[in-house]
Amino acid sequence: MKVDKELIKKVAENARLNLTESEIKNILPELKEILNNFEIIKKAPTKNIEPSFQPIEIKNVTREDKTSKCLSQKEVLKNTKHKSNGYFKGPKAI
Amino acid sequence: MILQHYLKEVKKGDVSIKKTVKAILREAKTLNKKHHCFNIISEDLALSQAEKQEKEPKGRLAGLPISIKDCICVKDVESRAGSEILKDYVPPFNATVVKKLVDEGAIIIGKTSQDEFGFGSFSTNTDNIPKNPLDTERSCGGSSGGSACFTQLTKHPHASISESTGGSIANPASFCGISGLTPTYGLVSRYGLIDYANSLDKIGIMSKTTEELSPIFDVIKGHDKKDSTSLDISSNSNNEVKKIAIIKEAFEIDPKIKDIILSNLEDYDVISLPLTKKYAIPTYYLIAMAEASTNLAKYCGLRYGSTLPLKGSFNQFFSEVRSKYFTKEAKRRIILGTFARMAGFRDAYYLKAMKTRTLIINEYKKAFKKYDVLISPTMPILSPKFSEIKKLSPLENYQMDTLTTGPNIAGLPHLSVPTNSIGKLPVGTLLISNHLEEDKLLNFGRKIEEK
Repeated sequence: MKVDKELIKKVAENARLNLTESEIKNILPELKEILNNFEIIKKAPTKNIEPSFQPIEIKNVTREDKTSKCLSQKEVLKNTKHKSNGYFKGPKAI
Repeated sequence: MILQHYLKEVKKGDVSIKKTVKAILREAKTLNKKHHCFNIISEDLALSQAEKQEKEPKGRLAGLPISIKDCICVKDVESRAGSEILKDYVPPFNATVVKKLVDEGAIIIGKTSQDEFGFGSFSTNTDNIPKNPLDTERSCGGSSGGSACFTQLTKHPHASISESTGGSIANPASFCGISGLTPTYGLVSRYGLIDYANSLDKIGIMSKTTEELSPIFDVIKGHDKKDSTSLDISSNSNNEVKKIAIIKEAFEIDPKIKDIILSNLEDYDVISLPLTKKYAIPTYYLIAMAEASTNLAKYCGLRYGSTLPLKGSFNQFFSEVRSKYFTKEAKRRIILGTFARMAGFRDAYYLKAMKTRTLIINEYKKAFKKYDVLISPTMPILSPKFSEIKKLSPLENYQMDTLTTGPNIAGLPHLSVPTNSIGKLPVGTLLISNHLEEDKLLNFGRKIEEK
């Protein structure tokens, strides 16, 4: 794996970030330093070890498919400038 | 016991809630000018709650002023998690923990300053940087810096609700000389918390002394249907601490800090946790950043938070908003977290970190077969100056969490107890117990404080 400008650009695009040339220039050596240091994790003896996606055992939670009280349309739309006729208004999709 | 004493006085009708609340609000405003501990002081809300409680005090925390870390939603009060991208976001609901406190009569006095989304160890990754109560040239620690700062400075009965992902309660508690409890993962509902990393985030409490944590802990813990990771079991009420051990690797630090901590302990064994020492930092940061990068995907200027005029395509618009309002550290963590989850790298980084987490949990679990409480310093250093922090690289910043990431990865309850000072700078002792054994920590913490 090569951590270079192209990789950072690709990752940024996936993450929906526009990085400037100077941001990429700064982030590249930082990322390299961090990843080099984290390489040690590859040596961890994890053969036959299951991953812990949670730190403590958690059971799946299900519930009956019933409607219940929720926020009103007015409350939900209160925090946006982009609304129209009781809906969120987004950028052009097509 | 200023807090319990006050609650009793309220019950007897010997103290005016309104007067207390007015006084703490005045104090908060004055302190904020110098120390920047609050992003918002919720004066109107606090006064209306005080008015109501004064007429008819109701609940286990009737009339008690509480500050809330900015990342926890309070209805009708701006809650932006120290970020610019959530500026002006006013939640239409209370987090479960806030609802529980208010239902028990607590008074919400404001939102405390923090690193953006909790991304930091010094509360410097934000626009409102809290200054250490004992030396304003130095950091309060992070990310719950504002909570710890005000908890130390206030002269009034008060506790603060904060949050830890990798050490964000213990670290500032240690640097500000107060007591900070991070409960077992899942014991306190995360509903209404502006997430950093879902499998690591835990809401906890700060107060001047360990004794004062208990009444708040009793109110905020417990199962919540609104949080699918909330535990449907209660914490263990056995608080007897028979055997303790100090963690060998954690004491390979400044001998002055080591001596202060050990001078308060008797009859301890020494235990080695080599896997935790070796792998905690990369394990923590890979998990935290992977989860953070998915959590931050929702901030795109559409439904809430900072935005721009609608222009361009979906991706162009969202990318513009995110690039403008996320700070450098948020961008760094998004890039690293997205990278660790990408096809081709996922197994080597993200999945490997999840497996290493199992190793670390197993190492602690083995130790708890023999010991009730494990002990380490909370931080390897004393609170640094802002000028020193500026010189640290991102990696050096992350390495400051070397002692707190272990219990956080494993979801173990831990308590930082103020333990003397070097000069005017406080030292904290970190107590760690097995899952759901908070009562052992609170019991043992009180004993250390008495010394």
